[in-house]
Amino acid sequence: MTEPSSTERLIAAMFDAAEIERTGDLVTGEGRLDGRSISIIGTTDRTYIGADVAVAMARCVLDIVRDKPGQPILIIVDNSGHRLGRWDELMGNNGCIAHLTKCLYAARRRGHRVIGLVNELAVSAGFMALGMATDACYALPGAEVRVMALGAMARVTKVPLDRLTELCATSPVLGPGVENFMRVGAIAGVWSGDLAGHLRVALAERPEPGDDRRRLGHERGGRTAALDVATRVRAGA
Amino acid sequence: MIPPRHSYLEASARARLAGILDAGTFREFCGPRARQTSPHLPALGMPVAFDDGIVVGEGRIDGRPVLIAAQEGGFMGGAIGEVHGAKLAGLIERALDIRPDAVVLLLDSGGVRLHEANAGLIAMGEIQRAVFDARAAGIALVAVIGGRNGCYGGTSIVARSCDVIIASEEGRLSISGPEVIEAVEGIEEFDARDRALVWRTMGAKHRRLIGEIDILVRDDIDAFRDAIAGHIGDSRPMDLDALEAEHARLVDRLSRFRDAADGRDVWARLGVNDPDRVSDIEADEFNALVDALEGARR
Amino acid sequence: MERLEFRFAGRADAPAASDGEALVGVVGSGNLEVMIEQVDLGGECLVTVDTSINGFVETWESVLRDFMERHRLGNVRVSINDGGATPAVVALRLDQALANLGKPPR
Repeated sequence: MTEPSSTERLIAAMFDAAEIERTGDLVTGEGRLDGRSISIIGTTDRTYIGADVAVAMARCVLDIVRDKPGQPILIIVDNSGHRLGRWDELMGNNGCIAHLTKCLYAARRRGHRVIGLVNELAVSAGFMALGMATDACYALPGAEVRVMALGAMARVTKVPLDRLTELCATSPVLGPGVENFMRVGAIAGVWSGDLAGHLRVALAERPEPGDDRRRLGHERGGRTAALDVATRVRAGA
Repeated sequence: MIPPRHSYLEASARARLAGILDAGTFREFCGPRARQTSPHLPALGMPVAFDDGIVVGEGRIDGRPVLIAAQEGGFMGGAIGEVHGAKLAGLIERALDIRPDAVVLLLDSGGVRLHEANAGLIAMGEIQRAVFDARAAGIALVAVIGGRNGCYGGTSIVARSCDVIIASEEGRLSISGPEVIEAVEGIEEFDARDRALVWRTMGAKHRRLIGEIDILVRDDIDAFRDAIAGHIGDSRPMDLDALEAEHARLVDRLSRFRDAADGRDVWARLGVNDPDRVSDIEADEFNALVDALEGARR
Repeated sequence: MERLEFRFAGRADAPAASDGEALVGVVGSGNLEVMIEQVDLGGECLVTVDTSINGFVETWESVLRDFMERHRLGNVRVSINDGGATPAVVALRLDQALANLGKPPR
């Protein structure tokens, strides 16, 4: 018996009962909460989203849409971003990830409530493909969300690391962290304590018409320009 | 006499727009005079651009109304920051209000602008959501790739979210850049200086052969214009049948080429007789090859 | 980064502003963008330069003065975002921008 992963432990703690299956780093199944069934699609162990994982997750989404119309879907996000490798690029991993997000979009349009929850880590395209393709994405208090670790960012931008670190203290657009991603509007909130209670509230909320995240980022002071610029362009000004 | 070619690769974003739209029809939104520059770059000691590296607006192609965006690859590698991303998302969202015959995205981008990373990443999610919303409303999204920066990072996912992708032989479409793969995974995994390897793995010909892009054109603004004009109004379904068909295609690809180590292995298995020549042939000959392969498959 | 602002007297009989604009160049390493706008400034010319290379105020002044005098300009606002261009490139872009003023972009 191998130790259950943190994603499996999270599911056990959140639901009244759950039947899940682990295949590699993919964790899928169904949880019961207040007598209601909720589909679960997750990853674990900070996996990399390669072409195989993206397509396997898309399969799960399509099966849920076909077999369980309208059932809510909880996406448990735990990844180190897309897989960096020659074969995955040769196969068009970007197309596989785009396909996964199309499937999640189709589920949302067909009335499935899709909730994201970042468990340990969500990086860049791995956050775009899963966290940002949901109706609302939340995070656990200890989770990390980032585009790139600061050291690598310093090398690529040629901005000295101590200067970047200093700027991160005041700028929510630059540095890693759930708090920053909340401020820019990408993370709706942090789930601490009563996980089932948070899930209940998230499931009960009706999705906003249109994309609400720019307004959220504006209200939370994380993105000062985006809302105004997008509104003006949309108006043709 | 053959008229001189106007290289799309060499042209600026504004020159590309001028060459693609009907003369005198372009109206820019939030243009350089609005001076809507990045609020984040000055703190890092970086110069700003008056349009934040993207031109957005409306115009006509063959008399048909379109919304159009052009990323300027010369500024920050066409990377998406807060303002740049908001201009692109706002433009695509406008399609829901005015219902143009197409939204055309001239992409030339390395992905998220690291200097304002978090705002850039969430903008990607918003742009992609806007693309799906417009497509669901029956509006054709046409992605165009042929600039110096190719189409990388989140932008490569956005491109694959559109109805149609048009690219030149010089176009590249991939999620990770060669340098990033080499830096993280080592030179044995990917030698970024091996340009031929880069083209065989990420280049438009490979992408056309495996069905990730729809049209390959030579590097000429008029050729791009004609190809775009042919896909105005080409809205493709995104219903469950279409998603299942796409899914079957991807599953087939991943199993069929499971052990492929190089683009040449993939092409040979697709029926290309002389994979070593693919990189050298001109667009016309290449397209004839693709037509023959697709004809043979039918 | 450094912001420089210049004001030139301009020519007294400058044509009235016509609200035209021209933008040339791309902000990159060793390159710059120049925007020229025709605005009513009572004949004067205003220039704003945002440059990534500090400490070249005299060079900028001299290149800009030469440009203004060569073309005998008035009622224009020039705005520059500079990624460290040489004076020769600056002069070239200024001339290109002026040549494009009032022309459709190509």
